[in-house]
Parts: sequence; C-alpha cells; structure tokens
Amino acid sequence: MFTELNSILNSTPDSFTKGEFIFVSDRQSDASFLIHHFLSFYLRARCKVCFLGLVQSFSHYCAISQRLGVSLAQAKEKGQLIFLEGLKESLSILIPQEGHTENQAMDFLRDPTVGLRSLYKFVQSSLNSSSSGEDGTEEWGPSVLLVDDISVLLSLGVSARAVLDFSHYCKATVCSQLQGNMVMLVRCDGEDEGDDGDDEGSELLLRGLTHQCSLTLHVQGLPTGYCRDIHGQVEVCWRRRQGDGQHTQKKLFQYKVHDKGASFFARGTSSAVL
Amino acid sequence: MAAPVDSVGKPSAERSPFNSTSFQKKTRSKLISIPGTRPSVQNGQLLVSTGVTSLDYLLEEDRYDSYSRMILKYFLAEGVVCRHELFVAAAQDNPDDILQELPAPILDDVAIHKPVDQPRLSCEPQDSLDAMKIAWRYQNLPKVQSALASTSRFGHYYDVSKTMEPEIRQAAKCHRFYLPEHPTQSSTTHSPMIESYSALLKSLQEVIHREGFDIAASMPKSRNILRVGLHSLGSALWGDDLSCHDNPRHSHALTTFLYGLRALLRSSLAVAVVTVPSHLIQDRALMGSITRLCDNAIALESFKGSERETNPLYKDYHGLLHVHQVPHLNCLASQLPDHKDLAFKLKRKQFTIERLHLPPDLSETVSRVSRGELAGATMVASACGSGTSGTKHLDF
Repeated sequence: MFTELNSILNSTPDSFTKGEFIFVSDRQSDASFLIHHFLSFYLRARCKVCFLGLVQSFSHYCAISQRLGVSLAQAKEKGQLIFLEGLKESLSILIPQEGHTENQAMDFLRDPTVGLRSLYKFVQSSLNSSSSGEDGTEEWGPSVLLVDDISVLLSLGVSARAVLDFSHYCKATVCSQLQGNMVMLVRCDGEDEGDDGDDEGSELLLRGLTHQCSLTLHVQGLPTGYCRDIHGQVEVCWRRRQGDGQHTQKKLFQYKVHDKGASFFARGTSSAVL
Repeated sequence: MAAPVDSVGKPSAERSPFNSTSFQKKTRSKLISIPGTRPSVQNGQLLVSTGVTSLDYLLEEDRYDSYSRMILKYFLAEGVVCRHELFVAAAQDNPDDILQELPAPILDDVAIHKPVDQPRLSCEPQDSLDAMKIAWRYQNLPKVQSALASTSRFGHYYDVSKTMEPEIRQAAKCHRFYLPEHPTQSSTTHSPMIESYSALLKSLQEVIHREGFDIAASMPKSRNILRVGLHSLGSALWGDDLSCHDNPRHSHALTTFLYGLRALLRSSLAVAVVTVPSHLIQDRALMGSITRLCDNAIALESFKGSERETNPLYKDYHGLLHVHQVPHLNCLASQLPDHKDLAFKLKRKQFTIERLHLPPDLSETVSRVSRGELAGATMVASACGSGTSGTKHLDF
C-alpha cells in the first residue's frame, strides 16, 4: 500500500471507514496501480477480500503484491482472499469443450443480455461463506469486494444498465448488509467528456457509479501533456452525507508510479521540478 | 508469463531477476532458457525481440496497409531467425503469401555456429576439449552451457529489398489459418463473438495445446515461443461489420475475441501481433476499448496520399508512429518512452523508427521569407511568434 495515499485518505489498516464504496476511474491513463494499493491495504487490515480480476492473470497481481509486501498465494491458501481469474475462466466458455466444468460466474460471456446475476451470486457466496467462524478457520475482518475492472464488461457486450444493477446489488450486500467496503475501477476514454453518443455506455456507467459511491479517485493525464517524471494527476472527492446536506470535498494531487509504490504530491511540488 | 518462477508452489522470498549470463543456478525454480529470448530485469519476464511473451500487440494499420504489413513481416521474420514457431492468420491474403514475403535477414551468424573467442564463455558442447593455452587459468572453471549459442543475438537486422530464402523459412514451423479454408458453421449460442473469430480462437488454442506452449504443460524438453500474427482483424473480410456500419450488429465481436486471445496468451509462451484497420472504424470509443484490451498499442499514420507528404517538415519520413499504450505486466510502473514523437521511414533496405526531429534548415533565405507551404509553421521554433501566412517580413 502507498503510505502517502493512506495519509491523504486518512485511513490506516487498523482504522478505516466501514461501509464505504470507493470508485476509481481513469481517463486516458491507467489507474490500476490504485487497485494494487487497495488490495494490499485490505489484506494487511486482515479483511476478507473477494477480488474479481477480470483483465489480468493471478500471477500479475502476485508479482506486484510481493513488491508491496503482501503474499497473495498465502492469503488465498488461508482463505482470506477469494480470487476470480476472469481470463482463465472465460476460455472454457468462449471455446466450448466437452467435459469441462465452467465457473458459473462468467456465464454472461455466453449470452451478455442475460446480465450479471451469476457473477453477483458468486460474490455473495464467497463473502458469506465463512462469516461464522468454523472449525479451525481464522476470523477475518469486514468483507471487501474489489473489481478490476468493471468497464471491460461493457466491451464484452453487457449493457451499462446491467452493470449498474450489479454494482447496486453488491453495494447492498457488501456495504450495507455486511458493513464492508467495495472498490471498483472503471476505465474511460475520450478526450472531451461531452462526446456524443459514441461512448454512451461508459459515460452512463461513470455517472451512475459516481452517484452511488462515497469516495471517488479520478486519475487523469496532465493537462499540459506528457511528462516522464509526473505520470498524472489524481482527484480525490469525498461525498459524505453529513447531517442535512451532502458534503463534498475535493483535492487534487499529482503522482508518480515507481517500482515499489507511488508517490503523491501537491501540484507543482514534484521533486523533478523543484 | 513469468515462466521461470511459475509453478513452484512455494512463495519465494524475493523475486530475484535473472542476469543474462548463461550461468545455470541450481535453485528450486526451473530455469528455462529459450533461444531468442532474454529475461527482463524489471519484471522477471521473458523478453522476445519486439515483444514480451504473453503479450498482445495491437497495431493500428495505416491507410494502405503497407507499413503495418511491414512490421508484421518483421515480427514473423524475427521468429524464423530465432527458430520460434509461427502462427499466421489472414482473411484476405493466403498466409503462405505473407510468409513468402518476409524480409531477408542480414546475416553474419544466423544459422552458423560461430565459435566465441572469449575464454569464459565456452561455446558449443561438441567443441573439442582442447586445453586452453593462453587462458589456462580459466581451465578449471565449470563448463557453462550456452544454450543460446547460435542465436545469442537479441534482435536482428533485415534487408527489405530481398525476401528470405526458402531454406531459412522452412526451418521454422509455421501454422496457418486462412479464413476461406474454414467453412463457418452457424452457431446457436448468443455469444457476441462471430463464427470466424471463434474458429480462429479455437484453432489457436489447439495449436497451443498440441505443440506444448502451455505454461502449465509438463513437457520436459526445450520450450519454444509461438509468434502469432493476425492480419487485419475487424475488417469486413473476417465477417465483421465494424468497419462498414456506424452501429454494427456485432459490435462486441472483436473485443470479445481480443479478450479470449488475451486469456490464451496469458497462459502460454506466446506473443501476438494483431493489425486492425482503425481508419475504417468510425467508433472512437470502440478503438479505446480495443486498445485497453491489449498490452501494447501502436498506431501508424503514413503520409502517403495526405497533404503531409509534400510538407518539407516531414520530408525525411514516411509516417508517424503513435504509441497509445505501453505494457506493465507484472510491475507497477511501465517503461514509458522518453519522448512520444516518433516517426518511421522506409529506406531502400531498412525500416527505421526514430524520434521526429526537424531537418536542419539550410536554405539561405530563411531569415527573409517564410514560405506559406510550411503548414506546420507553428511547430518550427520561429522567432516571429504569431502564425501569419508569412508574406510580410519585417523590413527596416
């Protein structure tokens, strides 16, 4: 996990807000480094994590988490981490073969119009399974759902409406019922946000999820162009409900991703500049 | 995939990257040395020349498909030289034709074993065990096995004016997929993928299983890399109407196929280069999602037939190369290029990619008259700031 980000978000593995829906999005850059942060953060906090890794293989996350000091293989063995390797499971559905048992979770690949119900059932069953401490299994903290990334479902033919329904159901289960946290990543495209109906699905998803969440982290490239030392900017927006109104607080940071982490700094204070 | 460290089962304390000597360490992890590859220091992966294994390259074609074909041929030719296996798929031209047009390598040590002179690297095992006369101190060092004997070069040069000789080409095993040869049966599923892509994916998976490119496969003999070249996906010849309609019926066929391809590549020792005629696809958001599904995306913009061809700024080059995405597999930070203005040119014998730089301005009248044809006048670092058409010059 990135210590600077922890101080920005005012959270540590020992104390963080429960029941939070964190929405990570990017536009023309790559925000997946934030997913690695949250993965290692929640594993360190001894939470039970359900990770839907839809775009990369398990060993990719393993390799990076090792550099961040967390062993995914061990967590998986102990039952702390439930990992859905989307790529691997999808092959048995995309190339149908006899005698192969498929994981029901990726059923939407067979017919995207059906929706994401089976995926939701997978999430529900994995997070509900050992909430009561059975013999020998350890007691884990609150449940956490991580999705990387949910916008690939749009590319696979699922409608934006179905994805929004899925996230709503997950939020109800994970955040409200189980008092856990949820982190989802959406990757967008397009230079201007006011583009016409080309990118309707992705923009709809972006707006819908922004409305549902309590904390957004939006990653973008620098408005002045490409720079080697500053990889982009992150806009953090808290959307807490306090008292009568909704209180929104925004902060903007610039970041640089290293081999073993990422550093965040206020605009213009990068070490390359000063 | 990180081939060397895979399937050990025990978490290693530190992922030590490999150094590129051929010294074999006796550790628990299996050390696989495959000719024509080199492990990357950054993320412990096997690097293939112009590619990383399990990576998926997306190449946006230029308008007339001349330069993207060139890059595809380079990729395949490199595979032949390194003795990798090839898999070529095309809908328009017979893959055999593509294979016959591969450029000839400029060889000095392609197929011939050259004894290496340095005493520390003893070469092929069948070399006689002569006592070393001058470097006798090194005699007692353990004989290292350089498995990369004949192809220790990483990356080769090619002569595009000549085609590769058939003997060299036939030394590499090639698998072909020519769409007209595969009659498509109508599928009853509601899968968004169309039949031609399904057939291609299935055929690729069969080749991977059969020839043992799976990472999880337990073949003890020497492993090899499969280089996959897919030409012009998304064009109408594959049965896809992405490039024909604004609202295509099969809008998710190509993206679903790319997802399946990514899944296949992640679990095997293979690299794929895919060319897509993006200039025919109207939907920019679709190009965005296609780009995100690949690891590495490059777009070629050739100057042929556009007004830039006669622009003196670009007279040295044949086109621009835009890097849309760089891979970051197994590591947090990607290798971002230093600068993003790249251009390519095809000389008589060589295809080069270099940083776009302005040609030196040697004309004598430069300070006096700025010609109006310099359409990119704002790019030229001119002292006269406002981009006027240039017919007025300051006269004192």
